Amino acid sequence: MTALRRQPTRRWVELMLLVFAWGLGVLGTLQVGAATGEGTPSRLWITVAVVGGLALLMHVAVSIWARYADPILLPVATLLTILGLIMIYRIDVATARRAELNDSPLPTPDVYAQLTWFAIAVILFIALLVLLPDHRRLQRYTYTFGLIGLVLLVLPLAPVIGTTVNGATLWVRVAGFSFQPAEMAKIFLTIFFAGYLVVTRDSLALVRTKVLGIDLPRLKDLGPILIAWLVSLGVLVFERDLGTSLLFFGLFVSMLYIATQRRSWLFIGGVLFLAGAYAAYQLFSHVQSRVTIWLDPFAYSDAGGYQIVQSLYGLANGGMLGAGLGQGFPNLVPFANTDFIFSALGEELGVTGLFAILMLYALLVERGFRTAVTVRDGFGQLLAAGLSITFALQVFVIVGGVTGLIPLTGLTTPFLSYGGSSLIANWIIVALLLRMSDRARRPEVPVIAMDEAATQVVRL
Amino acid sequence: MSELALTLLRFAFLGLLWVFVLITVWALRRDLRMPADVRPERTTRTRAPKPAKPPRVPRGKKVKGTRLVITEGPLTGTEIPLDGAQITLGRAPDSTIVVDDDYASSRHARIYESEGVWMVEDLGSTNGTWLARARITTPAVIPLNISIRVGRTTLQMQK
Repeated sequence: MTALRRQPTRRWVELMLLVFAWGLGVLGTLQVGAATGEGTPSRLWITVAVVGGLALLMHVAVSIWARYADPILLPVATLLTILGLIMIYRIDVATARRAELNDSPLPTPDVYAQLTWFAIAVILFIALLVLLPDHRRLQRYTYTFGLIGLVLLVLPLAPVIGTTVNGATLWVRVAGFSFQPAEMAKIFLTIFFAGYLVVTRDSLALVRTKVLGIDLPRLKDLGPILIAWLVSLGVLVFERDLGTSLLFFGLFVSMLYIATQRRSWLFIGGVLFLAGAYAAYQLFSHVQSRVTIWLDPFAYSDAGGYQIVQSLYGLANGGMLGAGLGQGFPNLVPFANTDFIFSALGEELGVTGLFAILMLYALLVERGFRTAVTVRDGFGQLLAAGLSITFALQVFVIVGGVTGLIPLTGLTTPFLSYGGSSLIANWIIVALLLRMSDRARRPEVPVIAMDEAATQVVRL
Repeated sequence: MSELALTLLRFAFLGLLWVFVLITVWALRRDLRMPADVRPERTTRTRAPKPAKPPRVPRGKKVKGTRLVITEGPLTGTEIPLDGAQITLGRAPDSTIVVDDDYASSRHARIYESEGVWMVEDLGSTNGTWLARARITTPAVIPLNISIRVGRTTLQMQK
């Protein structure tokens, strides 16, 4: 066998960037402490050390079990998580202050809970890298995963365990723990879509007629997209969850487009989306109110528009360079550390900081797509692309929502928002992407178990 | 802490945030140059810089065959006349040649005529399509009597 060309693993780049991200975390924490006059409680130093330890653990795990994986994904996701932790801590400080003023009991800080979720996410991240040496194994369970995904999607509707919070039925409560199954559902469904589309894409790409320069698919091939459309409408109607519904349908249409390379699917998807959105607007008051608030939030500033108006005030207060960590009033927005963490960050870091954060997301998505291009199997390509799309769509929907670009929908901001389901699900996605990029960049040792000796490897 | 120090800290944080982003972008720029990372995309037929040499077509010989013969594998002996229509290979039941074997993908490869010669193209299969002893990454011209391997099946184009 000819000598394998030495492929740089570039793990040192990853380590360097991780140390950098951690340093930024320390700096941000110090700044919050200094600006709010909280100082730095000793507990916080432990937190900082734990975050560093967890990041290092992930780096070591990647070095062992996914040596050739992309060096950018891990540090970028870590930095986003760290920024989220800083902001959650900062909002904790603010809510504690307010509680003191009102003489109400001190709320429990969220940052330690989030840290615990991060630790669990890291454990699952490492477990996935160890237990899944090859992403192609997932393809075998395409339909099982599809079923699990669907069940998770409708789980909040189940009696007893399903819970309605703030009008949306997207929580499940079991034995004191509550989680949002939709977050995990998106992973399972992406695997399902990838496995399903890689097999059926040839027939879905067939063209029947051409209308106005658009290649229309055969009528019988419209089935899958119609089913996806109905399911996402069902989520919208019964769970009142606009965000998940949008994410789910957008994901399917984009993956269909990537799999078949037919623009007509985007067109059909867009038409279906508009039809569904219009029907939902006509039929359901909660959709109507979202739209009216979106069109003129200031008219409803003391009612339904309160959040968005506060969020916009916060962003305005932040301006170009931000008020500085610990120097704004991010807790004036309800749900500042979940739905509105992006505007809380915007207030304290300004547009400059927000664009840095958006760049981080862009890098994450770019690395995901890059993995999709380099990975060697069709299933992996679709899976990597689909997972990246979930990030992109989710960021678009929530950032668009809090800035007033599109009607507000309750989706979490990946990695930043407070909440275990979302953090864990997103870290699992990172682990999957790392697994695939490791596969894609690993110097090829043939896995073909040919029984004849005739097959030799020729390096290309 | 003084106002000045806080302001400095604030700008330092923003500045370093951007430094992180820029370092990452810089690392990506270097990444783009890695030759092993550059692979042609699946269906776009951009011609990547020629990978190794596709088996040399002997000069002077007429390279156009009239049939495909399966020489190894479960379908040994099967002949498929080449009449201009595309031939697909794979496990999918609607392929021209259904290769029923665990090492083949459902849409594994296709063989088609282009400008008077027959070409073989891998359709993003898992284990690859091998022409002579090289794994092909771009459509390659099929010479006469040279083995094409898909999974456990080997076929040749003959006169």
